[in-house]
Amino acid sequence: MRFAVIQFGGSNCDYDAHYVLSEICGVDTDLLWYKSGLSRAYDAVILPGGFSYGDYLRAGAIASRTAVMEEIVRHAREGGLVLGICNGAQILAESGLVPGTFTINAYPKFICKWVYLRVENAETAFTSMYREGDVIRIPIAHKEGRYVAPGDELADLEASGRISFRFCSPDGKITPDSNPNGALGNITGVLNETGNVMAMMPHPERASEEEIGSVDGKKIFLSMIRHVEMNG
Amino acid sequence: MKFLIKITISLKEGMLDPEATAILHALANLGFETDELKSAKVYFIRLGADTVQDAHAQATKMCERLLANPVIHHYEIEVLQ
Repeated sequence: MRFAVIQFGGSNCDYDAHYVLSEICGVDTDLLWYKSGLSRAYDAVILPGGFSYGDYLRAGAIASRTAVMEEIVRHAREGGLVLGICNGAQILAESGLVPGTFTINAYPKFICKWVYLRVENAETAFTSMYREGDVIRIPIAHKEGRYVAPGDELADLEASGRISFRFCSPDGKITPDSNPNGALGNITGVLNETGNVMAMMPHPERASEEEIGSVDGKKIFLSMIRHVEMNG
Repeated sequence: MKFLIKITISLKEGMLDPEATAILHALANLGFETDELKSAKVYFIRLGADTVQDAHAQATKMCERLLANPVIHHYEIEVLQ
């Protein structure tokens, strides 16, 4: 089993993601500069957080049009796992791998804080170690994280269980007060149609060790590892 | 022939525009009375093309492939010269 973390110019959570995967979760993980491409087959590709291309044009827009993304689209089409975290989520939305887009927060400032998420679907490759309805504590750090999708796509996401996480109160209620960025329906984690690509704004790699305040995010990586183990 | 193209990218009707709201409030703080403020991004691009239609078609492709996000934006193209 081997995972890859892609580094773009401006990625800044690449080492965190690599550290958590390799040291905490014990999976062989390569750090790959985007220009070198996917040098071999990988079971999972992580697009980490940061500010690729300085967020110019729109967050994630320029990184999503690079050659390595064409390889990642092929990897996803062949069933490989892809996880986009924060800027990685913006890149996945811009590339069309997940529906909708993440745009400027309703109150247009950078928000960096701990929030609560409710696990909406615990039967995905990224969430199987949770139970549906679990409330997890995890940090966000973004200015362009407000999820937006057209009405018909939202209905489709809801009906097909492709919403993985919503912002919630500490006791698991989906309320306007618990929505830090104005995201549509408090949504902050979405999956593609085949369930092997997930985009999420919060940072699970910053919530994978007791020493830094929470281990609630670690189960996302462990779910991915389990999925690969079970599906070869 | 060389053409100068102006591309305006703006939010679709009904989309929340938090930056515009912040600017509107700042104008109000300066004493300006305004009813509405919308923001947009404008790009000026110089390029070679055989005809005006060809220049327009190239600009359309640029909008569809990079400059606009169809979930939230619409775009307008003007061939200026």
